[in-house]
Amino acid sequence: MKLADLAGLLGAEFVTGAEHAEREVTRAFAADLLSDVLAMVQEEGVLLITGMTTPQVVRVAEVMNMGAVLFVRGKYPTQATVEYAAGAGIPLLAASRDMYETCGLLYQAGLRPAKRKGFRLDLPSGPARPAA
Amino acid sequence: MTSPQAPPALRLRRIYEVAPRDLDRAGTVSTEVRRELLALGMSPDVVRRASVVCFEGEMNMVLYSEGGRIILLVKEDRVELLFSDRGPGIADVDLASQPGYSTAPDWARELGFGAGLGITNMEQNSDLFKIRSRVGKGTVVRATILLGVPFF
Ligand SMILES: Nc1ncnc2c1ncn2[C@@H]1O[C@H](COP(=O)(O)OP(=O)(O)O)[C@@H](O)[C@H]1O
Ligand SMILES: [Mg+2]
Repeated sequence: MKLADLAGLLGAEFVTGAEHAEREVTRAFAADLLSDVLAMVQEEGVLLITGMTTPQVVRVAEVMNMGAVLFVRGKYPTQATVEYAAGAGIPLLAASRDMYETCGLLYQAGLRPAKRKGFRLDLPSGPARPAA
Repeated sequence: MTSPQAPPALRLRRIYEVAPRDLDRAGTVSTEVRRELLALGMSPDVVRRASVVCFEGEMNMVLYSEGGRIILLVKEDRVELLFSDRGPGIADVDLASQPGYSTAPDWARELGFGAGLGITNMEQNSDLFKIRSRVGKGTVVRATILLGVPFF
């Protein structure tokens, strides 16, 4: 899906990187937990959907070579973060919809989940639980 | 007598300082490391794995340690990342390495860290991985990615 189409569908705005509006993102991953992004996404060019707006979000997107970051719930990054993303060539978009609705709309429009890494974290006993 | 094999030639060495609790800069060593590896023409797989390992190691130093340094070594056959900090050390390394174990304070969780997956993920993305730690002294993590070795 082109970033421009995604923005149109969600009523999202480009915070920075509008010059990349024709960029295609083929898959998406939604999380506020950056460790999960680092642990589970294995493809490049993935759209990151998040409510987290720290500088670390953009740095994670950069080291994972992600296609764009979409902030949900009306969250907006600081100017320093925006400038960093612009320098790193990572488009940032902002939508006022919440995470659930955003993901639902994008899925309905054909944007599929990023392939998850077959991780040993997926323990046979179920999801990892905090140690007591 | 066979002479010992010459050690693999060093292609690059970089040393980065990491300050404790510096959330404005946390993650910037990893983005630098990524740029260096890309500039050397390393494969996307190696670049991604090294960057992920570096990010988790860097965040741990920022969140939990008194600061330290990260050393990037690129040799003919491997990329090595060495994380060494000035303390406080980890009392039980096996426990700390378990997925899900975390002592992250609330302010770290609010930043999206503290799921207890960091060390596991570092290990998963490395071919060789070793943590040595002494309480009161500090922690040293060595993560090695071998080049030209198929990764699963
Ligand atoms: N450099 C370090 N110095 C001291 N303690 C550390 C260090 N790195 C990790 N730890 C400890 O190990 C735990 C697990 O680390 P990790 O697997 O990265 O998960 P998380 O950072 O999400 O807690 C941390 O919560 C912390 O208690
Ligand atoms: Mg960690």
